[in-house]
Amino acid sequence: MALTGLEIYKQLPKKNCGECGTPTCLAFAMNLAAGKASLDACPYVSPEAREALESAAAPPIAKVILGTGDKAVEMGDETELFRHDKRFNHEPAIALRVSDALSKDEVLSRVQSINDLSFDRVGQHYTVQAIAVTHDAQEPEAFVQTVELVAANTDLNLVLMAEDPAVLTPVVPKVAARKPLLYAANVNNYEAMVSLAKEHGCPLAVKASGLEELAGLVEKITGLGYKQLVLDPGARSLSRAVADFTQIRRLAIKKRFRPFGYPIMALTTSTDPLAEVLEAVNYIAKYASLIVLNTIAKAHLLPLLSWRQNLYTDPQVPIRVEEKIYEVGEVNENSPVYITTNFSLTYYSVEGEVESSRIPSYIIPVDTNGLSVLTAYADGKFDAEKIASVIKKLGIENKVKHRTLVIPGLVAVLKGKLEDLTGWKVLVGPREASGIPSFARNNFA
Amino acid sequence: MPLQLLKEKNRAAVQKVTLGATKEEGGTRTHTITIGGDAALPFHHFEGEIPHRPVVAMEVQDIEPDWPDALKKCFVDVMKEPGRWAEKCVKEYGADLIYLKLDGADPEGANRSVEDCVAAVKEVLQAVGVPLIVVGCGDAEKDKEVLEAVAEAAAGENLLLGNAEQDNYKSLTAACLVHKHNIIARSPLDINICKQLNILITEMNMPPNRIVIDPSIGSLGYGIEYAYSIMERTRLGALQGDKMLSMPVLCTVGYEAWRTKEAVAPVSDFPGWGDTEERGILWEAVTATALLQAGAHLLLMRHPKAVALVKENIEKLMVSNAY
Ligand code: SF4
Repeated sequence: MALTGLEIYKQLPKKNCGECGTPTCLAFAMNLAAGKASLDACPYVSPEAREALESAAAPPIAKVILGTGDKAVEMGDETELFRHDKRFNHEPAIALRVSDALSKDEVLSRVQSINDLSFDRVGQHYTVQAIAVTHDAQEPEAFVQTVELVAANTDLNLVLMAEDPAVLTPVVPKVAARKPLLYAANVNNYEAMVSLAKEHGCPLAVKASGLEELAGLVEKITGLGYKQLVLDPGARSLSRAVADFTQIRRLAIKKRFRPFGYPIMALTTSTDPLAEVLEAVNYIAKYASLIVLNTIAKAHLLPLLSWRQNLYTDPQVPIRVEEKIYEVGEVNENSPVYITTNFSLTYYSVEGEVESSRIPSYIIPVDTNGLSVLTAYADGKFDAEKIASVIKKLGIENKVKHRTLVIPGLVAVLKGKLEDLTGWKVLVGPREASGIPSFARNNFA
Repeated sequence: MPLQLLKEKNRAAVQKVTLGATKEEGGTRTHTITIGGDAALPFHHFEGEIPHRPVVAMEVQDIEPDWPDALKKCFVDVMKEPGRWAEKCVKEYGADLIYLKLDGADPEGANRSVEDCVAAVKEVLQAVGVPLIVVGCGDAEKDKEVLEAVAEAAAGENLLLGNAEQDNYKSLTAACLVHKHNIIARSPLDINICKQLNILITEMNMPPNRIVIDPSIGSLGYGIEYAYSIMERTRLGALQGDKMLSMPVLCTVGYEAWRTKEAVAPVSDFPGWGDTEERGILWEAVTATALLQAGAHLLLMRHPKAVALVKENIEKLMVSNAY
């Protein structure tokens, strides 16, 4: 929601003196709106106008970075409430808890398991982003020791969770180079926390009880000159968190309410790990940029990370699969060959149904720029020539002895031409992927 | 700066649809279930009434289905008897409704007769007191016969019958009108077709408050984000007063989740994916939970543990968050 040239013009001195390098204030305003000029070029702009223009030009939600180097995670920097309007930018970071009440061996084995959490599915690679060390022990030294132990044994980013500045102060210098998130400033400790965060350049979580208190606290902190913030409104029930997070995001984007223009963090409270995963599914949907979790089981994190990836895909670009020969099951030279398009939803529904037909098969998704069968056909991206050239290029003739292709029922009209071009027999498959199992039974069993 | 919360003033609400009929209402259900009525985005209690919680229907089939072992073992003693199967879902697993899928009718499969299908419906109606959803096998010709017979045999029960689709909605709509049932309008992940189908069905004089939208969701990992966005847009449309997008939404969660590789692949095939059983349960439960945030009203599910988790999640989300 950048300002228009006219909105900017209203704030300029209207002297038309030309000192900014453009002849008129209006021309200068247009350049500013287009990002082609800097406000500094005008020596006469008033401090009030500068303030107004800069805050309007700032992104609605600040980008805050956890960590450094190639493991650094960008949080915030979002501009939308609904993904159908425009892509959500930064997948929420997942931080897994390690308590300082654990023994040294327990910490080591848990950190090792967390380090091993990475997943490959459908050509995607999913990882977790951080370890959150929580201060649950009685003695402050336990926290220092645990943070050092964790830091020495992982490349992941760190979240340091001890609300007492006295506990955090001795630890932060030891790991400051990794830019951990300090959790958290609250109404009682914020001055000490801000100076600690400032001194070491670390992002700082701001924890309040409720939105009202949060807004006030953020204003005090930004008043002290610190803006690397992550917001925790303190909601510890799911329904309250959904409401608070929604208000924070809405007010930041629609009202440019500056105190809420920072990424949000969520802390799970469910004790059952499966319930905890569902709790986190809601936080991913509802605007969290960082989620602190307990469970470290692979079977729990794979579904959660898949959801995160799905939600943050670009809704404008249909996802595509690669144009190549896919094998479903233990294929051999007699296996059927199905042709479809490379729109991933189309491809995966075909793959799913071919799989459930229990007849090992080849699938060739023709690159249609990610369009589904009918749309691609209407667009001229899925015709007989195209299919013929793709099967030739991929060399399916070297993989099978037979010479039969199955095409989607929706493009039955391509049959004659495709047979002429390829010399292969063309079977017209079902109109919907769901018809594949019975089609396969009738034709290939 | 004092904090001014931002509450949207919505012009309209989602339709309420009531399923089932008690004795007084001409049916035999012990109670009815109403879905919809939301005057806000999902669980935004702070700016509009959400009068009815989303509900879970558990899937039962008329013939023993070829389900993965993780599912089968939950129903192993009852899968050959739809009535007992339904009873177990309601009594033991807490299903709000029963979703009976007449897969046995499929001419390519068991090809069971219309009479057998009707008998299965009656068996389930007798075994449980909750409202019933009945869908055909997906073969247009056979479904026409089967569903017309079911509609007639269960007249008065105020069933939810499906599926009506864009090129095949007339006979089912007519049967639902004559025998006073509700109808599932299924569209292929396309909000324009969804709306068009609702228009076509209401043009046959079906009141909008007897239609439930089935947007043909994809499961987690397989297109769920398309369904998520279409459902969010549908809800926004309903709240802005678009009557033809204002019907409650059902999601075929169990079917979609349990045909994915991730839900069933053994650890030996994918050692990096963790324990199969919990992975499968979560694949279904995460699909349901994500779609609840997009506006699902009626979840069609399979695994008892996933059902329990999702119901618990719904309870938490239905706690008022008014300011
Ligand atoms: S320097 Fe400032 S006052 Fe002069 S023309 Fe440029 S914008 Fe206007």
